[in-house]
Amino acid sequence: MVKHILKRLVLLLPTILGVVTLVFFMIALAPGDPARVMLGERANAAQIAQLRAELGLDEPLIKQYGLYLSRVVRFDLGKSITSGQQVAEEIGKLFPATIELAFMAMIFASVLGILLGVTSAIKRNTWVDYTTMGGALFGVSMPVFWLGLVLIMIFSVWLDLLPTGGRMNIRYYFTPITNFYVIDGLILLFKEGTAKYLVSAIQHLILPTIALGTIPLAIIARTTRSSMLEVLQQDYIKTARSAGIREKRVIYRYALRNALLPVITVIGIQFGLLLSGAILTETVFSWPGIGKWLYVAIGARDYPSVQGGIIFISVFFVLINLVVDILYSVVNPKIRLQ
Amino acid sequence: METVKQETLLEIDNLNFSFKTQRGLVRAVRDLSITIKKGETLTLVGESGCGKSVTAHAINQLNPMPPGRVDSGRILFNGIDLLQLKKGEIEKMRGTQISMIFQEPMTALNPVFTVGSQIADVFMTHQGMGKDEAMARAVELFHLVKIPAPERRIHAYPHQLSGGMRQRAMIAMALASPEPGLMIADEPTTALDVTIQAQILDLLGDLKQQIDMSILLITHDMGVVAEMADRVVVMYAGRKVEESDVNSIFNDPRHPYTLGLLNSLPSNPKYKQAKRLEAITGTVPDLLTIGDGCPFANRCAYATDICRSSFPSMSEINKDHSVWCHNHESVKREKAQ
Repeated sequence: MVKHILKRLVLLLPTILGVVTLVFFMIALAPGDPARVMLGERANAAQIAQLRAELGLDEPLIKQYGLYLSRVVRFDLGKSITSGQQVAEEIGKLFPATIELAFMAMIFASVLGILLGVTSAIKRNTWVDYTTMGGALFGVSMPVFWLGLVLIMIFSVWLDLLPTGGRMNIRYYFTPITNFYVIDGLILLFKEGTAKYLVSAIQHLILPTIALGTIPLAIIARTTRSSMLEVLQQDYIKTARSAGIREKRVIYRYALRNALLPVITVIGIQFGLLLSGAILTETVFSWPGIGKWLYVAIGARDYPSVQGGIIFISVFFVLINLVVDILYSVVNPKIRLQ
Repeated sequence: METVKQETLLEIDNLNFSFKTQRGLVRAVRDLSITIKKGETLTLVGESGCGKSVTAHAINQLNPMPPGRVDSGRILFNGIDLLQLKKGEIEKMRGTQISMIFQEPMTALNPVFTVGSQIADVFMTHQGMGKDEAMARAVELFHLVKIPAPERRIHAYPHQLSGGMRQRAMIAMALASPEPGLMIADEPTTALDVTIQAQILDLLGDLKQQIDMSILLITHDMGVVAEMADRVVVMYAGRKVEESDVNSIFNDPRHPYTLGLLNSLPSNPKYKQAKRLEAITGTVPDLLTIGDGCPFANRCAYATDICRSSFPSMSEINKDHSVWCHNHESVKREKAQ
């Protein structure tokens, strides 16, 4: 098991190298001169030459690539063109917000999705099944930004129940500790005995979580349903029933454990895709995360930031896949022992 | 078989079971009555699709319902009608008094749990044991079904065991009940090598001696019948066509279908001269379009007009042997020639 994980970790390196290479050449191959694009059409030749020298653009491409690699290895992603800040530092400050939102959305989507999927599998071809699967179809078809706006309109504007955006009530003059606001809220709950930070952090998370999690929720529910239906046909389910194992246990232990195998794969893929969904969600909900930051960077042609952001998201995606692989071998003994 | 007066354990009384399909109603079991006495092994013989498994699954209600449906009949187990039981009550019956082993040991064990934990789960469900005690009992059962190195094998996953071992593990699971009364074995040896088949049949025979349970053995293999059975019920297209003690069915088969089954056995003495194996011509009728006549009529060398229009009533050959055939006398005469 440990060997399996180590092997997977080693295999991560070429994948990440591939991502970095791709990101580098993607920008290098983009039509036009980045320096010219950055400086705008009124820049004169001297300014452009200066920036090209600054960015190392006058070196041969291979040398640029070598330089870029050596910097990335040292976690140096360059300076942002718009803010002048180190890109790695900016990402470090922003990613907890994105991770927090992504995790919440994934937990929401996985727990509810599996539950709904199992329920509609057992209640196959009843109104419960039709409603759930109809709802799921509706869910996958909805654009994230539109769902976000509708949620804001209903719950913030009309009902005035939840905030429209941000991560924390601005009147609290809150100084983040870990930048994961839910964790900060918990720390403050124990340290200062006040739950208001935790409550506010959670209140701010609800709508973005739903907006971001609805598509994965729908996909997970549908995958779980079809996987469950297949597993419930298997002989070993009949064996468990014939041995008098209670129906609840047959479903949630004997069947679900097997049905989860494809679901875990889907959860992993959705988690990765979520980060691109986060760009829209964060924009709609003024969520100060990587997604919104990347969106701004793309608009400003801030190439170092775009490169850094893509590398960061890709590495995150690869790590999620590693976790999925490990989970897979935990759930499926056949993989574990091979 | 000793002629001791035995108590009835299971009585299937005039069971009709059907499946609703998109093409129409499939009458899988028709007017079937079977009794199993305590300590007896009854074999249910017939080819694929004749309703053997549906009958077996009707007992502990493992047929999918819907589309399956009991149209009429009773299934009395120790005098209790299983068909009247509530869902929770039948769940309690399963694995305590009625247990089951299946044809495919490859797929009948859950691939993601160790065999030991699956057996232990049965103990924990029915007898409220803790995990350690249940595992210890599972090891005992592995001893009983003669799995070598049981302390180690108990922690194996199904895919790490051979087919024969898996079937032994299945049998162990079926024995994990406080008072095994009836074991239903649905073609337990069909998927196994011939040598392993013999071992599994021996094991079942031994266990029956030790534990004093009844076995309902479903098979299409007359060799297995000869090895195991006290009594035999021959089914064809959902109907019982012949019922007899084991000696009488081999020495004096009266239904043309039974005769066909026996004639197609390679061990039949008439193949000593190395002739071709004899097969029953034709195919099983479609259960959707089957009429009220004898379902075997279209394949039967003895069929007369009456066979096609009405299903025969029971003819008693002797007190242990009955047949449902209009022309069973001609079957007898021909055999005598």
